[in-house]
Amino acid sequence: MDLKEWFANRQKRREDAIEVRQPLTTEEYCALWTQCFQCRELLYTRDLRTNLHVCPKCQYHFRIGAVQRIEQLADADTFCEIDENLTSADPLGFVDSEPYPRRQQEASRKSGLKEAIVTGTLKIDGHEAAVGIMDFGHFGGSMGSVVGEKVTRVIELAERLRLPLIIVSSSGGARMQEGIYSLMQLAKTSSALKSFADAGLLFISVLAEPTYGGVTASFAMLGDIIIAEPGARVGFAGRRVIEQTIRQKLPADFQTAEYLLKHGQVDMVVERTRLRDILTQLIAFHGAAGSGGELSSSVSEEALSTR
Amino acid sequence: MSPTEKKAVPLEFEQPLALLAQQIEALEKQLAENQSPDLDLDLARLHEQYDVLKRSLYSNLRAIDHLALARHPQRPYTRDYFQRWDAQWIEVHGDRKGADDAAMVCGLINFGEVRAVVLGTQKGRTLRDKQHCNFGMPQPEGYRKALRLFHHAQKFSLPIVTLIDTPGAYPGMTAEEHNQAEAIAVNLLELAGLTVPVIAVVTGEGGSGGALAIGVANRILMLEHSVYSVISPEGCASILWRSADKVSEACQAMKMTAREILSLGVADEVIEEPLGGAHHDYDAAARNVQAVLVRHIKELSRLSPAQLKAHRQGKFRKIGSFVEG
Repeated sequence: MDLKEWFANRQKRREDAIEVRQPLTTEEYCALWTQCFQCRELLYTRDLRTNLHVCPKCQYHFRIGAVQRIEQLADADTFCEIDENLTSADPLGFVDSEPYPRRQQEASRKSGLKEAIVTGTLKIDGHEAAVGIMDFGHFGGSMGSVVGEKVTRVIELAERLRLPLIIVSSSGGARMQEGIYSLMQLAKTSSALKSFADAGLLFISVLAEPTYGGVTASFAMLGDIIIAEPGARVGFAGRRVIEQTIRQKLPADFQTAEYLLKHGQVDMVVERTRLRDILTQLIAFHGAAGSGGELSSSVSEEALSTR
Repeated sequence: MSPTEKKAVPLEFEQPLALLAQQIEALEKQLAENQSPDLDLDLARLHEQYDVLKRSLYSNLRAIDHLALARHPQRPYTRDYFQRWDAQWIEVHGDRKGADDAAMVCGLINFGEVRAVVLGTQKGRTLRDKQHCNFGMPQPEGYRKALRLFHHAQKFSLPIVTLIDTPGAYPGMTAEEHNQAEAIAVNLLELAGLTVPVIAVVTGEGGSGGALAIGVANRILMLEHSVYSVISPEGCASILWRSADKVSEACQAMKMTAREILSLGVADEVIEEPLGGAHHDYDAAARNVQAVLVRHIKELSRLSPAQLKAHRQGKFRKIGSFVEG
């Protein structure tokens, strides 16, 4: 292409660009800016994203989805998803104001995910690990058969490959629409963690806003190390239920990460911007005693193929 | 003393039956005063009707009726069973960490043929008793007390029998501060690792995680009118239907009755209750449960310690329903 042609094309490109540049719709404009829920500061969305969705002004930690979390934690292009094709059945034929399958479709449409957890393997600063990342944006992060099965499988995979395991929880609890099956997922996941623990492997549980009910009462509270994100609310029963039961107002910071730390329930409260570093440090520290460290990639491939 | 049939408080769905019983009673009174063959005939017919009605009533219960029976104020509670199984049963107390939760009753029992570590949630009968037992809702201390007994059973190679009758783990401020969730989670994990037989019997209400914390067993048995659910039907109704009046719908939708839990493959056996519910005859109810329990303990005792653990883990590993691909 000669220079003349290039200039001509540039002119044309400019014209095209000007032509399509419509004034921003309100929606688009809103997407550019995000208001902090806590300090009300108007934040440029792109800046917020580079700061891992933590308000630069007041350190408020926005809820993030599984995809964003993986982007934040994994070394580039190292995440390898497993069991992505597991979807919920409707074992009870559950109908409240809407049938359960329709609620599932609605949840998937909103979240872009098939289920409330994404599992797989990744590398964090070069350290290989098995991960489960829950997404509150899908069906309130609730645990039904699929979440229970995926958590169990990723635990089993980590045990087979002798990898450290990280689960980031964010869930309203067990999924009511699958009734007793949802409840039994608590036993299934905890049982899998028993053999994992007996194998001498490291499990780090990260509690993100919010983690409640059946998820807290099973794998989320069984970490060798438990990390909570600042301000995350974590508990067994919800605040409203407790207030109704004891007929008292609860303190404002009740069930927050900081409150949990004070009451000896978590090891540390870690800002999202430091999470990756802390995880790396923990994995590196336990590496020698836990995952063996000298695991070769051929071993892991072999183990993967026998699944 | 177990209440006799007439003293049992009739539930809403039992009203027609109670009405008939009243008529029979009135007629019997008349008959005692003046003999008449006509009345005799009426009485016989009424008795017959009563039996037919009773049978049809209890074989066609709705989920919410089972719930009412499971929560019946006169339903036999954990201590009622222990006492009838072994009058000399030895109660043990405390979590060794600072508390003794009365909502969790633990002890050592001799069934005659077999010995077992037993524990279960306890509801109270009188108001004071109820408050003392926190209405059958254990605190974390209760679950840690149970955990101590799991380890005791493991150490002495004794089977564990747990009785479940709880609305759920207590949702309170100190319960949260003492880490209710962790107490439950640790029990799930530890139960999964035991190498002794574990049998759980849902005798009344199986309320969510608070029930499961003593329910990770090789066998899950349910009394005929007991229920087992992921959340209380009241909680489910208020969240999904946004209305407290939809409890009946929630009960039905969650499939929480003993027969339904059996057909979903979670419960292993349903134990029959005396007609009209266990509260009509404590002794018979206790006998029924004991017979089934002893049979299961004997069956499980044939397995090796490693097999027992694998069996329990395998049982829960399979539970769930999903589509792959």
